[in-house]
Amino acid sequence: MAIVFKPSPSLPPPSTSVGAVAWIRQNLLSSPLNIILTMLSLYIMYLTIPPLIEWGIINATWTGSSRAACTGTGACWAFVNTRFDQFMYGLYPSEETWRVNLAAILIVLLVGMFSIKMISKLYLSITITIIYPIVAYFLFAGGIFGLEPVETSRWGGLFLTVLLGTIGIVASFPLGILLALGRRSNMPIAKSICIIFIETIRAVPLITIMFMASVMIPLFLPDGLNFNKLLRVLIGITLFSAAYMAEVIRGGLQAIPKGQYEAADAMGLTYWKSMILVILPQALKLVIPGIVNTFIGLFKDTTLVYIVGMFDLLGIIQLANHDTKWLGTTIEGYVFAAFVYWIFCFGMSRYSMAIERKLETGHKRN
Amino acid sequence: MSDIKKPTKKSFLYDAGTRSIIFQILLLALVVFVCYYLFSNLQANLDNRGISTGFSFLNQPAGFPILIHLISYTEADTYGRAFLVALINTFVISILGIFFATIIGVVMGLARLSKNWLVARLATVYIETLRNIPLLLQIFFWYFAVLAALPSPKQSYEFADFFLNKRGIYSPNPISQDGFGIVIMGFILSIFAAIALIVWAKKRQTRTGLWFPAYWSALGTIVVITFIAFAVAGFPLEFDLPVKSRFNVTGGMVLPPEFVAVLIALSTYTASFIAEIVRAGILSVSWGQTEAARSLGLSDNITQRLVVLPQALRVMIPPLTSQYLNLAKNSSLGAAVAYPELVAVVMGTTLNQTGQAIETIGLCMLVYGTLSLTISLFMNWYNKKMSLIER
Repeated sequence: MAIVFKPSPSLPPPSTSVGAVAWIRQNLLSSPLNIILTMLSLYIMYLTIPPLIEWGIINATWTGSSRAACTGTGACWAFVNTRFDQFMYGLYPSEETWRVNLAAILIVLLVGMFSIKMISKLYLSITITIIYPIVAYFLFAGGIFGLEPVETSRWGGLFLTVLLGTIGIVASFPLGILLALGRRSNMPIAKSICIIFIETIRAVPLITIMFMASVMIPLFLPDGLNFNKLLRVLIGITLFSAAYMAEVIRGGLQAIPKGQYEAADAMGLTYWKSMILVILPQALKLVIPGIVNTFIGLFKDTTLVYIVGMFDLLGIIQLANHDTKWLGTTIEGYVFAAFVYWIFCFGMSRYSMAIERKLETGHKRN
Repeated sequence: MSDIKKPTKKSFLYDAGTRSIIFQILLLALVVFVCYYLFSNLQANLDNRGISTGFSFLNQPAGFPILIHLISYTEADTYGRAFLVALINTFVISILGIFFATIIGVVMGLARLSKNWLVARLATVYIETLRNIPLLLQIFFWYFAVLAALPSPKQSYEFADFFLNKRGIYSPNPISQDGFGIVIMGFILSIFAAIALIVWAKKRQTRTGLWFPAYWSALGTIVVITFIAFAVAGFPLEFDLPVKSRFNVTGGMVLPPEFVAVLIALSTYTASFIAEIVRAGILSVSWGQTEAARSLGLSDNITQRLVVLPQALRVMIPPLTSQYLNLAKNSSLGAAVAYPELVAVVMGTTLNQTGQAIETIGLCMLVYGTLSLTISLFMNWYNKKMSLIER
């Protein structure tokens, strides 16, 4: 019988190089500096997290009708709780808020239909961009089918924030594409008009544009012709983010190799066909992060309408802070607003990452 | 023989060149017409309301106080002076904001890349929280929730000669005495000496390859020479200390809460964006560069300083420029908490009092336009200086 060499089984790795211990050693305690940093971080967490939890959850008061109800040392969430409807709908009449809810449910359903394969995406898009806004407008404003009219000055709260945000986003995107194409076109006059527009808007802060929208536009219109402040502010926000959008999209257009333009020309496509079918789908995909960042910026910038006297989510909270019944609950209001804005913005940025992954067609060289 | 048809002559309307000319003429006509229409309306409206145009109002007395002014200003001064005060306030908050935002941003960006898991997580939380909350909300938070909750002057927090209360931060105010000119002269002289030292060290290094700790020595030179000048002049600096009386703190240098709130919010908010830029910049330098530097035997410190950072900077500069521009423009949000910067003073109070909408808004847009242009020119110059010179 031949002797076969049988290696003895390998020893398990030392306990210090696997499992939790190894992870801690490697990530937290690998060098003296690292140990100091870990200690420091733990100390910062010790200083911030327990008091925050104590303030925000353990010692907090959740219900009550005035400041007097909040006897604990923690947060007074009763303030947010009682005024929740106001934070959501602003000064919209409380018996009419179902109209806002209905519009919200409608849009969620409509957008949800995109996932149903049997429904034509084209018709759905047309419904969402053309029919839905008209329906929603009449739902919000009333004055038709026996709905009680509600002036736009009473629209407010999160409702107004989302309204400004979505209309701004939907309107500024195509405008931004047009401006970007204009800036890259070889027609000198069209090009310079686009450049002047984009650079002027980008050079000034949004607040000046808001002031222009609320103070200056009436001066530029003939007497008697005047339109709603909400609309003016919306135009301001849309033009502002369209200029930024244009620059982002221009970046994408520049990144498309010249061969793609030439190939489209060689196929005999017209300018618009080559743009819509060949260039833009590639260019827009490249700059999704930039586009979504512009959207997020726009959403955050809607808070500026408070400065020209409209009560969006931040504005209505600012207004509620002056209520003598609830003095000293400023922090709670701001924390609530911050939380809502954070959810929206963080959600948008995560969603953009998901789209990016979905549209990744694998042309990347590894 | 030739069956090839000559292309039939088409209408000139199908010619791309002609079309683009026609389109552009139409576009130009439209823009000119809209502008003309708007301005004729404006003229009519201004005439109707009896508003005279022009900048003569800048010479009239303003008649309103400005809380924070670095140059002397009283209510009797003109609108022009008020404009100047506001302009300086805008510049001060922008420059300080850029300074702090850069420091915090770089620290946070590096922390997010740290090998230490906890540090990286904490930095991520900081960045993701602050950049997803509107700046205006953050300014309100600092101003109305944090600084307004500080104790009244009577119960101020004290730390040495510093006081912290509702009305701001009080610190000793340095006041120059006779002979302070000598110190300034010494300081300027020391800067020249330091520059000369750096130039010499660089030349010597290219000639002989010997390294000299130029920057540290230059810093030392500045400190030593300035201190000697300070001593020679007989320490010509006195401090105006803030004094706590029964109900108030008087004297010293005051940083009002409006200023502090806007500065904190602006710098921490912009820092969260700068941190991401720093991180992306450093990640963009390929690992091969670090390996190459190591195989040359460079130490970790030198690798970072001479190999990774210069290449990362090149990627970071353009987005950094736009962040600095954003910060300068966002300083206008100070108007919301009555920090007297350009928008608050010119487009707020001045516009309300004089009704000169076109002039005031135009003035503001002009200033911000110039500011944007200056920062972007400077950063473009720096970008060019840093960019890769390819053969």
